[in-house]
Amino acid sequence: MDDFTWGLVQIVGVHTILGLSAYVILLTGQVSMAQAGFVAIGAYVAGMLTVLAEWHIIPSMITGGLAAAVLACIVGFPALRVRGLMLVVATIAFGEFVRLFWFNFDYRIAKGDIIVGPEGGEGFKQIRFFPENGWTTQDVAAFIWIVAAIILATLWWMDRSRAGKVLRAVGEDEMAAQSVGINLTVVKVSAFTAGGFIAGIAGALYAHYTTHIEHLNFDILMATFAIAYPILGGLANVWGTLFAAIFIQVIVIEVLRDLGDVRNLMFGALIILVMNFLPRGLFSAQVVRKLREWTGLGKTSDA
Amino acid sequence: MLEVTSLSKHFGGVRAVDELDFTVEAGEIFGLIGPNGSGKSTTVNMIAGIFAPTDGKIFFDGEDITEAPPHVTLHAGIARTFQNIRLFNNMTVWENLWVAQNSAEQKRTGNPLARWMGGSRRAAAAVEEYLDFSNLAHKRDELAGNLAFGEQRRLEVARALAAQPKFLLLDEPAAGMNLEEVKELDERLRVLRDRGVTILLVEHVMELVMEVTDRIAVLNFGRKIAEGTPAEVQQNQAVMDAYLGAGEGGSDA
Repeated sequence: MDDFTWGLVQIVGVHTILGLSAYVILLTGQVSMAQAGFVAIGAYVAGMLTVLAEWHIIPSMITGGLAAAVLACIVGFPALRVRGLMLVVATIAFGEFVRLFWFNFDYRIAKGDIIVGPEGGEGFKQIRFFPENGWTTQDVAAFIWIVAAIILATLWWMDRSRAGKVLRAVGEDEMAAQSVGINLTVVKVSAFTAGGFIAGIAGALYAHYTTHIEHLNFDILMATFAIAYPILGGLANVWGTLFAAIFIQVIVIEVLRDLGDVRNLMFGALIILVMNFLPRGLFSAQVVRKLREWTGLGKTSDA
Repeated sequence: MLEVTSLSKHFGGVRAVDELDFTVEAGEIFGLIGPNGSGKSTTVNMIAGIFAPTDGKIFFDGEDITEAPPHVTLHAGIARTFQNIRLFNNMTVWENLWVAQNSAEQKRTGNPLARWMGGSRRAAAAVEEYLDFSNLAHKRDELAGNLAFGEQRRLEVARALAAQPKFLLLDEPAAGMNLEEVKELDERLRVLRDRGVTILLVEHVMELVMEVTDRIAVLNFGRKIAEGTPAEVQQNQAVMDAYLGAGEGGSDA
């Protein structure tokens, strides 16, 4: 495989994590358009830690995730008071607020004979932890996918545990969920916090494989991608989000690259088609059940 | 066990419930009846914590639960069903019960993180018991939304039971059921009472209410117009007027 292909592997990995960050929140029935904002926080914080403080990527990434999680937790509380379209609007506003914060954020220091750090509208260049430490493109791709695999496995396990059912119960019917003893505040804010943490991780990886970020990377398009993956893939399980990220990034964005802007049209059309004909996604519980019946594979277990 | 004192709920100028008093003793099945719009569901929703009362108090086991939100009243031991069924439709029958059992499990283990763990063997066995009790064992992997109407009603009662409540609020559990299903429900309610669960039954189906309850309170326009045994209530002139007369309409009795 050439570097271009490895680059694509990296992109798909980061976008999978991005989709999973929205997946957790969507399980509770909340649509968050703030994911790009959380990604931006993770990207800038982790980038500053490796570049300015010269930390290793792993603690930087986790700190970036935690910073995004703290913000997400704070956003989660007002999100309890608004729902549906109003929540979409409120989270878009938050995402824009974060983006414009970085647009105005300037903090550079001299490191040797160059000046490094975020430079407002010019962006944050030279996030060179990977090349400086001799990581090849393949190493970076492997690292991204190890992180993605850990998050996938954790969420897959959570889905099967009672915690997953609690999140889903809230997404299905809030009043019924309360009546079986679920504390909506705790569940919704936890989902937002977890979603923020995962998005922050995605941001840290994003900043380091591109080596250059600017506020425009974290616009409404990225927020749309974040929710598009779980919506297209369905909320039946985490694999839907994974397949949707691969499908969109590889087929729609790369293989059809020659089509240019028509791809954006197709992306939009795809979302509309799926929401109309398969409202619970391409891999919804109903569809998975049908597939199981046809193939006779993977009998549902009780635990 | 449950004491409601001068409970009122006003929606704008409408007095949905007005100065309502009643007491449900431990171990009885208490009926709450009345014509449509008489305030029965509003009362249930206030007890369950969905609405905050405009005025009045609700005590459960001597504890003031007037302002408690729904998840707190459940933890106190009050579980409920809804007039228009509210199941987790895209979860299986088994999962509906498993998630509802969460709070009982936390209480039993004293571990608030019980919800984060997979089900213990004992928890799973308890779910099987509710499935058997509600005659839904053969439907355990079915999505709740795909069940027949009567099965959904049974599942909703089972889900309330999964929280191991001391007190059960049933909001029209027999609505839309045929006579045979009503009879089965009657038997189940008696079994539950014998197990020590106190029941507040809001119901329009008189065959059930008059058969199964120990005492009944009758509401009309948000006020209590009668209270007593089924036989006493049936003889009460005010009750007969409320149901038959005054052109109030909507009588299901």
